[in-house]
Amino acid sequence: MTVTPGWYMALAAALFVIGAGGILLRRNALVMFMSVELMLNAVNLTFVAAGRELNVIDGQISVLFVMVVAAAEVVVGLAIIVAVFRRRHTASVDELSELRG
Amino acid sequence: MVDALVSLAIMLPLGGTVLLAAFGRRLPEPVAGVVGTLSVAAAFGCAAVASADFFTGSGEPVVVRWFEWFPAFGVEAAFRFDQLSALMTLVVTGVGALIHLYSIGYMHGDPRFGTFFTYMNLFVTSMLILVLADNFAVLFVGWELVGLCSYLLISFWFERETAAAAGKKAFIVNRVGDVGYIVALMIVFSSFGTFEFDEVFAAAPAVLGTGTATAIALLLLVGAAGKSAQLPLYVWLPDAMEGPTPVSALIHAATMVTAGVYLVARTGAIFELAPAAAAVVAIVGAATALFAATIAIAQRDIKRVLAYSTISQLGYMFMAVGAAAHVAGLFHLMTHAFFKALLFLGAGSVIHGMHDEQDMARMGGLARKMPITFVTMAIGWLAISGIPPLAGFWSKDEILGAVFERGGAWTALWGVGILTALLTAFYMTRMMWLTFFGAPRWADGAAPHESPRVMTLPLMALAGLSVVGGLVNTPFRTALEHFLDPAFAAVHLAHPPEGTTAWVLAGAAVVAAVVGIALGGMRYRDRIPAEQGPGWRLLGRGYYVDDVYGQVFARAGKLGAAWLAFRFDSRGIDGAVEGVGGLTRRVGSWLRPIQTGFVRSYAMAMVLGGVALLAWFLSRGAL
Repeated sequence: MTVTPGWYMALAAALFVIGAGGILLRRNALVMFMSVELMLNAVNLTFVAAGRELNVIDGQISVLFVMVVAAAEVVVGLAIIVAVFRRRHTASVDELSELRG
Repeated sequence: MVDALVSLAIMLPLGGTVLLAAFGRRLPEPVAGVVGTLSVAAAFGCAAVASADFFTGSGEPVVVRWFEWFPAFGVEAAFRFDQLSALMTLVVTGVGALIHLYSIGYMHGDPRFGTFFTYMNLFVTSMLILVLADNFAVLFVGWELVGLCSYLLISFWFERETAAAAGKKAFIVNRVGDVGYIVALMIVFSSFGTFEFDEVFAAAPAVLGTGTATAIALLLLVGAAGKSAQLPLYVWLPDAMEGPTPVSALIHAATMVTAGVYLVARTGAIFELAPAAAAVVAIVGAATALFAATIAIAQRDIKRVLAYSTISQLGYMFMAVGAAAHVAGLFHLMTHAFFKALLFLGAGSVIHGMHDEQDMARMGGLARKMPITFVTMAIGWLAISGIPPLAGFWSKDEILGAVFERGGAWTALWGVGILTALLTAFYMTRMMWLTFFGAPRWADGAAPHESPRVMTLPLMALAGLSVVGGLVNTPFRTALEHFLDPAFAAVHLAHPPEGTTAWVLAGAAVVAAVVGIALGGMRYRDRIPAEQGPGWRLLGRGYYVDDVYGQVFARAGKLGAAWLAFRFDSRGIDGAVEGVGGLTRRVGSWLRPIQTGFVRSYAMAMVLGGVALLAWFLSRGAL
């Protein structure tokens, strides 16, 4: 059988939902971070799949941008997580709830 | 040539103002005064040269255009030099220069000497703008500026609370009159589409119905009554005596207060179309003349006698312009400027010599101590009383004659005028006797002395003018009338009678004056009556008009202001502001629980939002 773009989309949707579920269900900041990466890469997959299907280069270019931004985000995010962990000896986001109404 | 001179006449006092405002405080005392005096005297010179053609009868009115002011309304900063404004300019700058000279002596030693001359020069500038204006808008600029100068100079000694209050009172009462003038301005513009005097007066008979003309004229009268201290807006003028005496002489006797008379004369073409309004002007004038004269009888303060006398004399002028005897009104304006400035400056000389004593009960016997002041003031006294051939006789006689000649109900106004003339002679005699004759009643330590030459010179000059000033327009030689006639070409002027009637009327006026003087002389010759009864108290307090105004208007105003400040502001305005703040807090407290601080709940909201958006797009088939 041939792998049609629909399969790619389905796989991307599955990855995205897994990522979103991770964010909603897990408390460890590090794991949540990984979930975010998973979601981002699910989107990347749709970009390249669509780009190949439509025979345009834009999809791949977008992915490069997403990866660069994700890398920068990881740098900042991991620094924050490390700083928080040093101070509190925990990485559970439920204990970081000072900014509430 | 003439237009350059007219511009120069305005620029000179203006230049003096700017110069004194910049350096007045650093200049040594007499220099500031000399600069102020010379600038006004030079303006007089310019005006005299510019008017030369009018005196020979060959001059044509000149309009000097400076610049476009409000192009949208077609208003230009333009000045009009015709016979009427020439007369006013000469009186303002001539009398003004003499009073400036006098002020050098009177204000000697005042810590704010330079400031005084700054204000005085600014006043002369403003008054020239007023009388030279070529349209209603420029006239209004001068009108407001003289009001400002009046305020600044009345409260010149603002450390005294009474002076500060008097300045405010003058300003506020004038503002009441200004409302009338402004509304009149609006009606003029909506009717004519222009503010230019020439265009308005030329078009007036065709454009204005009697109703509109009457409305404009009555509103102008409100403005004029405020500025010229006529009933019922006269209350500020007696209080204005808190200012330095030269100010009282220049602004509150000779020039500014005559602006209302000038306004009615200038707009004579409109009053001609509104005979009812003109009659109201005359009635207001006659009522004011009699009313103020009765109050003047019972004043103890020498300046307040003169203040009420000024109001009364302005009433004569209003009577004249109301009767369309504009020449007579302006004639009296001119002679009154001479003799009333003289009387005020003389009173100032007395006050100066008595070391700021103004109560006539503590004067007496000053004739020997201050001979020049006494002789010059005596001339002013006889002039205002109407003794021929002094100036006041001719002008007052012309007014009364013109009013009598109108016949009918106007005869009653003539009667009021004659009665006022009698009262005038009486209260002036009382003032002279209490001040200069009888036994000295000075306060302990008083050492009256004659004033310095710089003060007596203007007195002598004004005394000379009070003697001969009336001769410019006698029934035998109507020079002023010829002079002014071209300016009133569009108006049907009322004229005094001729022949036997004239002689009889003049005789009646002289008899009234002599009777007044004789009554005063007999009453005050030997002793000073106590003058304590209820009638005297009533007159002395000015029929309690000030108290009534105080209770009705000032008290109501204060109550209203208090309500606004302590109720409306603190509850209404502050309440609204605090209400907005409170509402925000309340809404915030409802919405606050949404922010749980748990990342998962925010993420869930985002996911749900995303799902909802997706569902919406899918349901519309947009994907």
